[in-house]
Amino acid sequence: MLERAEIIRKEYLRHDKKFPHVWCPGCGNGIVMGALLRGIHGLNLSKDEVVLASGIGCSGRMPTYIDFNTIHTTHGRALTFCTGIKLAKPELTVITVMGDGDATAIGGNHFIHAARRNIDLTAIIINNSTYGMTGGQYSPTTPFGSKSTTSVYGHVEHAFSIAELAVTAGASFVARGTVYHAVHLEEMIQQAIRTRGFSVVEVISNCHVQHGRRNKLGGAVEMITSYKENAVLVGKAAKMSPEELEGKFTIGVLANVKKPISTEQYQRVIVEARKNSHKNSSEKEKNGIKRYEE
Amino acid sequence: MTNNDKNTNAEKEPPASTPKSAKKKRKLYTVTFFHNWCKSCGLCSAFCIKKIILKDETGRPYIEDMDSCTGCRFCEIHCPDFAITIKNRHPVRRSTDDNG
Repeated sequence: MLERAEIIRKEYLRHDKKFPHVWCPGCGNGIVMGALLRGIHGLNLSKDEVVLASGIGCSGRMPTYIDFNTIHTTHGRALTFCTGIKLAKPELTVITVMGDGDATAIGGNHFIHAARRNIDLTAIIINNSTYGMTGGQYSPTTPFGSKSTTSVYGHVEHAFSIAELAVTAGASFVARGTVYHAVHLEEMIQQAIRTRGFSVVEVISNCHVQHGRRNKLGGAVEMITSYKENAVLVGKAAKMSPEELEGKFTIGVLANVKKPISTEQYQRVIVEARKNSHKNSSEKEKNGIKRYEE
Repeated sequence: MTNNDKNTNAEKEPPASTPKSAKKKRKLYTVTFFHNWCKSCGLCSAFCIKKIILKDETGRPYIEDMDSCTGCRFCEIHCPDFAITIKNRHPVRRSTDDNG
């Protein structure tokens, strides 16, 4: 009998795509990819039912390695492509993998409006606080005062929280996880896929090569250990004082609300519009002819 | 508080008095490293709770004391390169060492 790790390696990965993958040694993207595959394996979805899309960036390489229906789109536009896929084939499970710069800077508008419309998608946003692939420029989630190639004297702007942005924008399900809490992350991804409506999973990940090295946060091991120390579960954080929570972040389910889904509402509109068009087709034709004559 | 302390002490005692039965029931695991995909990032050896994953001079992981593995699968789940597999292992029976 095959172990789960062997099944995932043999069934879900594309072995003709030059493994080992391109990510740096110790990169959290690989851990997120593992959690995603284990989550989908646990949900018993067939490979043909799942669509995985990504934008540009380190995380954009993920669909290349996974044997689902995959699409590697332009920078920041993964959600727009996914909206189209979901409207054309509503029966598919559509998952988007984005980086923090991809989702909130270049695709920021698409992200908040996808949340507002409540499209039935799952967005996994890997937040490593920097643009890793292009050489460590600051991104919208780079913390205040930290150094990057475009903020050599310390970052002068403030970061925003992706998960809280998604809650405010109106997403159905919002959760946050870290790469240290990989089993928890797997559960969050499973819940997000099961939830009908726009679901966001923000994953705090490490970029020790670009972000960690410039800010003296240590290597992959030190950065991942810091997530263990600084992450607080949502239920526990509610009982803690603001002083205790300083420098820490919450993990777990931040929002879970039931709302009408725009893709389903759109299908309803199509059905109703077709009914009306059959009823009024003769009247409309007459009106149209009249207008032409006028 | 004192009652709780007493209870925890009472619970801790039985496993210490019967180590043989615990040892017999303990499961054994085999950890396999797929070195072609390994990038020697060091996450497995850093986070191993038993600290049995060691690094050679090039940083590649290896295990000497395989029987100490508890099968927590932390390394398997956290390996970014899908290079670790953990399997159940059955102890070798009829070993010549036991008979002399």
